[in-house]
Amino acid sequence: MSATDPKPLVSTIVREDEAQLVSAAKAGDIAAFEELVNRYERKIFRLGMNITQNREDAEDVMQDAFLKSFQNLDRFQGDSRFYTWLVRIAVNEALMKLRKRRPNQVSLDEPITDGEDSVFREIEDWGPSPEQRFAQTELNQILNQVIGELEPIFRVVFLLRDVEGLSTEETAQILGISVAAVKSRLLRARLKLRQKLNKHFRRSETQ
Amino acid sequence: MNCKKVILELSSYLDGALDSTIKLDLEQHLARCEDCRLVVDTTRQTIQIFCNAEPVPLPDEVRSRLHAALLERFRQKTKTI
Repeated sequence: MSATDPKPLVSTIVREDEAQLVSAAKAGDIAAFEELVNRYERKIFRLGMNITQNREDAEDVMQDAFLKSFQNLDRFQGDSRFYTWLVRIAVNEALMKLRKRRPNQVSLDEPITDGEDSVFREIEDWGPSPEQRFAQTELNQILNQVIGELEPIFRVVFLLRDVEGLSTEETAQILGISVAAVKSRLLRARLKLRQKLNKHFRRSETQ
Repeated sequence: MNCKKVILELSSYLDGALDSTIKLDLEQHLARCEDCRLVVDTTRQTIQIFCNAEPVPLPDEVRSRLHAALLERFRQKTKTI
């Protein structure tokens, strides 16, 4: 292939298995890598937005994640899904962005526990589905606000497990923490979010 | 099972990952404890609301910049091969 004549970017490989696309990309098939980008760009951008809460940072995260994965494709051994590997790169990039903005506030170490005892301070019926009661824009604002208020250590675990649908084991692998730590953080993330949403969704708030 | 134990098992219960004996025990508690029922129900809704949330759109100009950067990197890599 000449330097001025890269392979066309329109992928001819449609709906092929991810592993086959990765093998082809490793062998120099640019269209195969482009197919992987097309497949995951929205998800990686969304993840970047959800972690950093900032559009410019999310764009940087997405771009760096794809460029680094392309650059280091030879190092990808295939012992996990390509997507999991890509998410790991994106999460690291996103956490670096957060650390730059708030150097003393972003740690993946376990914070001092506030326990689950506080759960029982906020128990109210939400009534009919909040998704039916709120306009989409208003609902999105509420969700962005509450996820942004959650400490990064919990936010990332919640996003990977509940929003991106990764397994506990994949999440542990990506974050370099134990399966038990993922489970514990997920529980606390869910409870904290429930408590924050309660302020918006409790029946008395909207009647 | 008491309320505190319900909270500790909440995630596994919502993920359908509880052992059947513990699940039965937990559901028996829920049948008689309204507070726990509300916590379980609103936590389930919390997860669903985030899962159902409208996907963040990828703006066209952001996507264009990504693909331009990739194309540039492809060309650089091709030159070095």
